Amino acid sequence: MPENCIYIARSTAIAARALAGEMMVMNSADSTFFTLNEVATAIFQAADGRTPLREIVRDKICEQFDVDPEQAQKDAEQFVAELSSYGILLVSDQPLPAETPR
Amino acid sequence: MAASRKVACVEIGGIPIALSTSNEDFFDLLCQRYDGFLSSSGPEFELDFDLTDAGAVSDDEVRVRRDGDSEEWLIERGDFQARWDPRTGRGRVRQNANPYSLDSVLRILHSLILAERGGFLLHAASAICDGRAYLFSGVSGAGKTTMTRLAPPDITLLTDEISYLRPGNVNNDNDGYSAFGTPFAGELATAGENRSAPVGTLFFLEKGPENRIEELSSAEAVRQLMRNILFFAEDNRLVEKLLATACDFVVRVPIRRLTFYPDGRVWDVVRNFDRNFERSFERKIERKLDPNFPRVLEHA
Repeated sequence: MPENCIYIARSTAIAARALAGEMMVMNSADSTFFTLNEVATAIFQAADGRTPLREIVRDKICEQFDVDPEQAQKDAEQFVAELSSYGILLVSDQPLPAETPR
Repeated sequence: MAASRKVACVEIGGIPIALSTSNEDFFDLLCQRYDGFLSSSGPEFELDFDLTDAGAVSDDEVRVRRDGDSEEWLIERGDFQARWDPRTGRGRVRQNANPYSLDSVLRILHSLILAERGGFLLHAASAICDGRAYLFSGVSGAGKTTMTRLAPPDITLLTDEISYLRPGNVNNDNDGYSAFGTPFAGELATAGENRSAPVGTLFFLEKGPENRIEELSSAEAVRQLMRNILFFAEDNRLVEKLLATACDFVVRVPIRRLTFYPDGRVWDVVRNFDRNFERSFERKIERKLDPNFPRVLEHA
């Protein structure tokens, strides 16, 4: 899948809450609990299913954090893969409905 | 002709629930078990019990789910089956006469009611000391029962196992949380007192060579809290609400890790703990790459 065609959406089977600058995410199905740092939170919040990941990295990460764009893209893909393996994010090469059921 | 039903109203956490049965022995059992929590208040909810020959108390995991697309809850374990409709406030339970099954059904029902009202049940011992409730939470073996056994005589035990928490307190509904006594006993096999008090501090327990109190980060506090909240429902909306409640609790209530050596001195530490709680959530956002970018910090 070409990098610029990755779309991500938050699963509906999760609960999320921001507290003290961190995003807490819980998978309702198995109670797995995650704490996201600020950068990960920016990606998570931008996961609307319509915006390509590359655009999210460009607009939400590179604009706000001092980071090499290619490295940021690589790290973001790794992060997205990890969260999708826990059912927190849905990944597709096509646009997704926001907050997609798993 | 249908047998007449006898009704006892059991009020835990300020929520009166009418329990009815046509079985005299079972009625006596529940009156005895919840003595101290029987109430003359008008019930908010009603549960009808039908006794069956269902198996003994089951170690199976309980399932709590909506019945299809309806609002009605189905609550099932090897030793009981229950249906409860939150719109009418009425439910029906089929179980054997075992008091532990009865406790489980009531705990689950309260957990559902509390989740909607911004409260929760917590795996924690709790006790009133100098007018404030202190909670001692942790996994099995962390020391919940030990803390209650070590309590000085002037301490009022609310529970040694399941703490009952609701938002607000007697002085101000918008301020903090209150802990209520419950009849749900753990190893101590003693029901708590039917009293309540504003929550002073929640301690997560660890046994160690000396007494020590440490601060927890907000994220760690929420993580620990969610791990110890009793909640069974497979319902994303309620899980979201519960997470919001846990975050609110962390903001409003001091939460610490208490490493303790199991003797009576630990209660001196609890009494002397500085209750001036202030936690600032203002955090400077650094416009630079987090060295761990974008690693998920932790998961459990």
